[in-house]
Amino acid sequence: MADASPPILQIKDVCKDFVLQGQPIHALSNASLTIHKGEFVCLIGASGCGKSTLLRIVAGFETPTSGEALMWGMPIMEPDPRRGMVFQDYALFPWLTVRDNIAFGPRAARRPKAEIRDTCERFIDMVGLRRFADAYPHQLSGGMRQRVAIARVLANDAEVVLMDEPFGALDAMTRERLQEELLDIWRRTKLTVIFVTHSIEEAIYLGGRIVVMTPGPGRIESDNEVTLPRPRDVSSPEFNDVRRMLSARLHSHHAPKVA
Amino acid sequence: MSVTKASPDETSPAATPAAGAPLQWLARAMKPMALALVVPLLLLAFWHIATTNRWTRLIPTPADTAEYMVDFAVGGIYDDAFSGTLLTHLLASMSRVYGGFALAALVALPLGILIGRVATARMVLDPFFQLMRPIPVTAWLPLSMILFGLGARSAFALVFLGAFYPILLNTIFGVKNVDGKLFEAASMLGCRGKAQFYRVVLPAALPSIFTGLRLGLGLAWFVIVVGEMTGVPQGLGAVIMDGRTLSRTELVICGMIVIGVAGFISDRIILAIGNYLLRWSPNHHG
Repeated sequence: MADASPPILQIKDVCKDFVLQGQPIHALSNASLTIHKGEFVCLIGASGCGKSTLLRIVAGFETPTSGEALMWGMPIMEPDPRRGMVFQDYALFPWLTVRDNIAFGPRAARRPKAEIRDTCERFIDMVGLRRFADAYPHQLSGGMRQRVAIARVLANDAEVVLMDEPFGALDAMTRERLQEELLDIWRRTKLTVIFVTHSIEEAIYLGGRIVVMTPGPGRIESDNEVTLPRPRDVSSPEFNDVRRMLSARLHSHHAPKVA
Repeated sequence: MSVTKASPDETSPAATPAAGAPLQWLARAMKPMALALVVPLLLLAFWHIATTNRWTRLIPTPADTAEYMVDFAVGGIYDDAFSGTLLTHLLASMSRVYGGFALAALVALPLGILIGRVATARMVLDPFFQLMRPIPVTAWLPLSMILFGLGARSAFALVFLGAFYPILLNTIFGVKNVDGKLFEAASMLGCRGKAQFYRVVLPAALPSIFTGLRLGLGLAWFVIVVGEMTGVPQGLGAVIMDGRTLSRTELVICGMIVIGVAGFISDRIILAIGNYLLRWSPNHHG
């Protein structure tokens, strides 16, 4: 218990209410979560469970209605390059080439030109887009676009990578490839990853921890450690056991509710 | 003999034409041009038939018009007041078209950015411009002559008005409709506040801004005749007005053709610039 430094991320009793068409919505209710450096945490849950809201609060795009989110013990007030976001719909800058998209962050930070160039080339290679370095986003497939989105966050020295259903729009084959590559990058870079998904299988395949969230109001149902050895075999009985357990937890909120 | 480059650069998206078949390639390249000429040639044929058969006596034949066009351009056939003056008139009109257009762009671009990005500016200025916009340029003619006098300044002012609104409206639309995700992406990459204007808003609005500039330049050519009704001695509009008062239809037609061709070439140039600057945009190829 002699922790000298605070955990990389702390979410303390965070609530988030929205008003949508005059109706108050409790997107997130009393969520608490502590994440240590190097963890791979998956958030799963049905739509409306607040998993994306939680991610956006950590990113600094939203501020909690009550409670607080901390990075290294400091309150998260606004977006920060140390917390990179990978969006489901990529959100690449369409007017920049692959190389320039990756260089966006380092340029905003006004790093020296030679350093920016080296960083770009390194991450272009890391995500395997050497041949497409000068292509524009609209010329790329979905999988390639998401590789660029990951590379531009890494090129910016992000410590935490927040991923909002990043592979949701991809076909199954591409999805599996990118899951592999992401794990590979995570192992090599010691990144901290928070990965939002609605696929139990994806969560078990990737996550060291799986946080199950349930809707109405959005809250954290349980926090589960996954100890299966990697690479994980999705067809193994152990994998299935975890799947069954999580599935039960996901549906635990089906208490009758008066509309 | 073929000029296809054996480039090792695999990222080039353009397919190189099949080597060894330059004739075939030429034929394929010429096809759009040939198709584009079908309607103008049919019109020309109809004009020729109609005038040589004397369906109307007031319109000269294409051959006469062509002859007059040569005289208008270089002189030496009729040697009247208009012989060999095409370039003078064209340059006079071009200076008004491009001058008025440039001034319109200079005012409309910053104003559009302001209205599009600043809510207060939008609330103050937008209703005013929406109110003024439906007033056609022709309606401004008398007032413009009072305010700016007879002559070049009036013409300039009217061209300015014609080009102003499309540039303004498209700029407003462009800067207002930037995908919100791009701001989030920029801010999580460390580009926040005012820096986002140059690195996100402007490039994202560029396609709309370009559409506005293109429409504006087209309208500048469109209103040049009205602009030059204000009693300027030179300009293609002035030539057309003179042709009307002198009942010289061939002069009117020559003026029309020159305006059409000049406007077309000017549109092609701005389109080429746009296609180059917006080569990243999947849905911008005019």
